[in-house]
Amino acid sequence: MSFLLGEQMTGGYGAADILHNCSIGVEKGEIAVIVGPNGAGKSTAMKAVFGMLPLRQGRVMFDGEDVTQLKPEERVVKGMGFVPQTHNVFTSMTVEENLEMGAFIRTESIADSIAQVYDLFPILKEKRKQPAGELSGGQRQQVAVGRALMTHPKVLMLDEPTAGVSPIVMDELFDRIIEIARLDVAILMVEQNAKQALEIADKGYVLVQGHNRFTDTGEALLANPEVRKAFLGG
Amino acid sequence: MTDVLNALTLLGNFLIIPGLTYGSQLALGALGVTLVYGVLRFSNFGHGETMAFGAMVTILVTWGLQSVGISIQPLPTALLAIPVGILVTVVLTLLIDRFVYRYHRERKANPVIFLIVSIGVMFFLGGLIRFIIGPGDQIFFDGTRFILKAREFKQMTGLDEGLSLKMTQAVTIITAVIIVTAMFWFLNHTRTGKSMRAYSDNENLALLSGINPDRVVMITWILVAALATIAGTLYGLDKSFKPFVYMQLLLPIFASAIVGGVGNPVGAIAGGYVIAFSELILTFAYKKVVLYLGPESMELESLVQFLGTDYKIAVSFIILVIVLIIKPTGLFSGKTI
Amino acid sequence: MSAFYQQYRNQILFSVMAGLLVLVAVIQSLSVSLTILNLCLISAIMALGVNIQWGYAGLFNVGVMGFAALGGLAGVLISMPPVSEAWQAGGFGILLGLLITVGTVIASLFAWSHIQHLKKQRYWIIAGIIISGYALLRIFFDPGVDAIEAIDPSVTGYLGGLGLPILVAWPVGALFAAGVAFVIGKIALGLRSDYLAIATLGISEIIIFFIKNEEWLTRGVKNVNGLPRPVPYEIDLQQAQWFQDWAMAVGMPVDDASAVFVKICYALLFIAVIGILLWFSETALKSPWGRMMRAIRDNETAAAAMGKDVTWQHLRVFVLGSAVIGLAGAMLTTLDGQFTPVGYNPLRFTFLIWVMVIIGGSGNNWGAVLGGFFIWFFWIEAEPIGLWLIDTLTSGMDPQSVVRAHLLEGAAHMRLMTVGIILLLTLRYAPEGLIPEKKRL
Repeated sequence: MSFLLGEQMTGGYGAADILHNCSIGVEKGEIAVIVGPNGAGKSTAMKAVFGMLPLRQGRVMFDGEDVTQLKPEERVVKGMGFVPQTHNVFTSMTVEENLEMGAFIRTESIADSIAQVYDLFPILKEKRKQPAGELSGGQRQQVAVGRALMTHPKVLMLDEPTAGVSPIVMDELFDRIIEIARLDVAILMVEQNAKQALEIADKGYVLVQGHNRFTDTGEALLANPEVRKAFLGG
Repeated sequence: MTDVLNALTLLGNFLIIPGLTYGSQLALGALGVTLVYGVLRFSNFGHGETMAFGAMVTILVTWGLQSVGISIQPLPTALLAIPVGILVTVVLTLLIDRFVYRYHRERKANPVIFLIVSIGVMFFLGGLIRFIIGPGDQIFFDGTRFILKAREFKQMTGLDEGLSLKMTQAVTIITAVIIVTAMFWFLNHTRTGKSMRAYSDNENLALLSGINPDRVVMITWILVAALATIAGTLYGLDKSFKPFVYMQLLLPIFASAIVGGVGNPVGAIAGGYVIAFSELILTFAYKKVVLYLGPESMELESLVQFLGTDYKIAVSFIILVIVLIIKPTGLFSGKTI
Repeated sequence: MSAFYQQYRNQILFSVMAGLLVLVAVIQSLSVSLTILNLCLISAIMALGVNIQWGYAGLFNVGVMGFAALGGLAGVLISMPPVSEAWQAGGFGILLGLLITVGTVIASLFAWSHIQHLKKQRYWIIAGIIISGYALLRIFFDPGVDAIEAIDPSVTGYLGGLGLPILVAWPVGALFAAGVAFVIGKIALGLRSDYLAIATLGISEIIIFFIKNEEWLTRGVKNVNGLPRPVPYEIDLQQAQWFQDWAMAVGMPVDDASAVFVKICYALLFIAVIGILLWFSETALKSPWGRMMRAIRDNETAAAAMGKDVTWQHLRVFVLGSAVIGLAGAMLTTLDGQFTPVGYNPLRFTFLIWVMVIIGGSGNNWGAVLGGFFIWFFWIEAEPIGLWLIDTLTSGMDPQSVVRAHLLEGAAHMRLMTVGIILLLTLRYAPEGLIPEKKRL
């Protein structure tokens, strides 16, 4: 069984289900990417794993424990980190305060963790006294990821981390994400830029209308002509 | 030269000192309104009555202390009673939150519903206060009345105009400075304070970071109760305590908060002084000042006053309207604490 | 039982209300009951006005008192005889002042729209125009005011009115309120919803201050007494032969009969007004326009996306509702026969009306009317009931007891607390009110 696994998930916000029997999983130190067309339920699947969507069927297993009934904030305590797509930083607070807030549940000293985040994202150290709302889009995403890292999560979930940033910044962010995975963190992310994301992915999930359509390694999906034609623009 | 000094003294005595005093009272009141707005996201119409309630408890304790002969001359005994007033008001606001606001918060009610609920609370508190202490004027000031008397100032300086400083004015301004400093230190340098700011900035992200919303709400009410009690007591010491007046204070307090940018504590404080000084500047009769500064032979029929003193309340409204037209987000564009 | 209640709810609730009024007529007196009824009717109209704003459009108006007072002012300005000495003494200054005010407003508006390109400076230019206009105004206005207020201050000391029948004041009162509502709405609508609340709270306070202080217009705290009536005077009735015969026939003393007769006349007038208003409001609610308003209220964003000008529709509803409140204000002054500026307090005129609407059932006109009746009835009767209650509860205590004396003294404030508690309980346990809004498609 995977380290984190959303199994046979079925559910939605109202009467109609958005997810149908959808399964998503990721191992420690691995990067798993969810791709698919608009409205395929990519973000919904991620939210379901994190407990932000009521499930009618299926369960979520994390580190050998059934966490299906836990609230998102309780899953954070268990070791899951989540970076929302938008509104993912405290805009009125400085970069450093954002990181401090990320570590709110921890009672021990957090100086090491902050130093670690600054090592990963050196630009944040420079801007640490600046309100996060004044940073550029790419820098904000770095703050958002850094904030989620402050809890020392065992799994980091990212909802479209590269939305609205330039290609150069995107490459840089992906590099950082690979670095984070090397620290033995499981990474699950939803991406709009399917091609680039699959290139760094150990595992890829192609969702269509809430169903699992293809599941394979990133490499294999990139090589699959059907996937290429339908989802990667040839 | 003496004429200029006389004119300045006149302004100091009737504009600057009263403006600082009244501004401090408004600032403390607006700070409470802004905290509720920033964290709980509604305009709290019950704030005036919370101030009155805190002041009332303080007065009752003051009377108790006075009757057993405890005092802290030359300071007013009320200062000694304030902690008790704060404590009782904290208990009250927490009870009200538990039994009134929490239900609507859990249902994620519309802010306007919260506003109406706060009006219900206002009624209830208004009745409670009048029931306990009555609707009349209560004077509870004791201690030394003046720190500097106008007559002494004249003797000291030889000027025609006097500058006086009342004990209540000095107490108000100094207390306000201490409280505001402590407040900002708390918000910017403590973990709890920062978690309040984080919650106010982005509720969902605060939850994801493991910040406990119930705790943030509780801390907020405790701070609001403390601020309200202090503001209410200082106002009562300086003017006099009358339940109805506190309801009328609601308008200038809201105006202060909005002018500064609702939800922004720095804005609330700046707003308080802006409103207070505007009120005084626009309703002050400049006749004597003009006579001092004008040529020797000058005569004036009019009082040289922009607005009659009766229209004090209109000033905060006019400023509010101007801000709403020109910059509805307020001077400090606030939304979060 | 509950199905029966559901089906005949309105009839049952209104019958209970009627029963309460009859009870008062029996226990206290018919005259007291009719006095309560008349004020119930006026309260119901005010509640209708608030319901138009809140129930139809979700607008939160905390300035009911101000709009009601404007209506009352119309009563004075329309019906009182003009004071010609005052007009001669200061009329010119006042008229010139008015002209300058209008001129300043037009000049600033004109300048505003023509100097958009000046960015920062335009604020200073506008401020300059307003300040010089204001200074000019004071030069001509102040002597006029002084002259007017000097004329026989104990009797007149003001300009008086137009000497027209007081019924004319009712629509004029509505117009006054509508005018002020337009300006306030223009400023505060379209911003955050609580800004309207705070702006209306402010304007109503200012209207009251204005009315209390501008003695040349309103006599201020000296009150205006003896407003003409739309119905006969008791004294005339008592002397009329036909009335004496009628009183004899119903077996009442002539004095009592005349008082009752006058109150019934008022009641009939008010019922006519309420009938017309209800008919209009119900028709409007059922019309396509009413449907659109509800759509806007329930989902502003969606309605705006569908191309509805939300702010403009809100402004219309706000003005309409305020006009109804102004009308009720004029009616109240008519009933009182006098204009007493100190009588306007926000608890009684703003918040009580709100409680009426919410308890009656926001969004439902009949609910607002019922709420107006119930709450006014309660407001009036709570004091004797509360006093009786405390008297009974403390009857075991020593009559000399300080606690008992304090409790009896405080009984008057019980209703404030009770209204607050009722409001909170309603919002929590019955947010739809006594008569919930009809679900329409």
